[in-house]
Amino acid sequence: MSTAALVLLALLAAGPLHGYDLKKAHDQRFPRGKPLAFGQVYGTLSRLERDGFVEQAGQTRDGGPDRTRFALTDAGRARLNSWLAQIETPAPYVSSDLIAKVVVALLVADTEEARTYLTEQRRAHTARLRELTVLKTDPAAAIGDVVAADYAIAHIDADLRWMQTTLDRVTDLHREVHS
Amino acid sequence: MTLLQARGVVKSYGPTPALRGVTVEVAAGEILAVTGPSGCGKSTLLHCLAGILVPDAGEVLYRDERLDAWSEAKRSRLRRTDFGVLFQFGQLVPELSAAENVALPLLLGGRARKEARTAALTWLERLGVADVADARPGEMSGGQQQRCAAARALVTEPRVLFADEPTGALDALSGEQLLGQLVRVAREQETTVVLVTHEARVAAYADREVILRDGEPDPSGFGVPAQMGGRA
Repeated sequence: MSTAALVLLALLAAGPLHGYDLKKAHDQRFPRGKPLAFGQVYGTLSRLERDGFVEQAGQTRDGGPDRTRFALTDAGRARLNSWLAQIETPAPYVSSDLIAKVVVALLVADTEEARTYLTEQRRAHTARLRELTVLKTDPAAAIGDVVAADYAIAHIDADLRWMQTTLDRVTDLHREVHS
Repeated sequence: MTLLQARGVVKSYGPTPALRGVTVEVAAGEILAVTGPSGCGKSTLLHCLAGILVPDAGEVLYRDERLDAWSEAKRSRLRRTDFGVLFQFGQLVPELSAAENVALPLLLGGRARKEARTAALTWLERLGVADVADARPGEMSGGQQQRCAAARALVTEPRVLFADEPTGALDALSGEQLLGQLVRVAREQETTVVLVTHEARVAAYADREVILRDGEPDPSGFGVPAQMGGRA
């Protein structure tokens, strides 16, 4: 099951919602994530209903068209609980293009090309760090924004440290080979 | 407007060079991060800019005056009136309460006791530690101590705050709270800040960063050496 589907199940754990409110609840909790498209919400709900994880829980009409509310079933709750009980493998946060480029810059490109690439890459990373820091230190920032910014900052910071370590390693290696 | 600058500053400790000709300008109201790995000379640069150390060669200018040419007494006076300094460890006086620690620079400057205490309480409040005003450093967390030290560095309303690894001894969240408050207050007061750190995420609180490596500015930020792997 996709993470998006599991997140929808989790949002329904608090009580029945219709598709529109589900989308709003999702986007509020993951404000820096990729917004869910309405089509994706309805498509996912219909698959979850087919598989018995959610069920229809009546219709509401607030001056507009009828809206079907969906509720979590016992099977849905069990699925959600088993997902939460499953420990994630500590997967590396791999931005494969970044790895590929840094390795190419250090091992294949000439020094000037490597310097230019690394300088610009660092600049891009630090500029993003600064933007995220401004965002999260804004007194009006919502907790969801702060938490999402923390996550991104930690990963960008890790990228920078990794780039530095890799560079130091390659420099050492070069020194050994040429001494 | 440039408030503070180093021009070709050279400084050695015995035979060991720490700065090999560093030029840096700090604009009034700017928050500048000086970053780089351990031993790159960033703390030495801060000490030269703050007039604590005198360079072996080169110039340090504060408001267009040659700070490095001043007597120790004159530089010391300037540090009391215009500069505030915050180090990695707060260096609070253990026998004094937080409020007394913060009031200390004002009392040394000749301010009346009551007035100094009122100002100290205001600054503790601004840094979010008013609740520990009567506690001694030993009774406070590391984060609270460091925020008191920040209040003490700012109580004289300096034009420039020099902060040397101010979050180095703090856990991530305490460090972040300190930085958040420090930066907010500095912007409100239009205080210029020179922030020395080896951490990119701390430097991200600044408007701009200068990266040093082996005592020299390193624009690449990674110290890409002249000789490296590949075809070079």
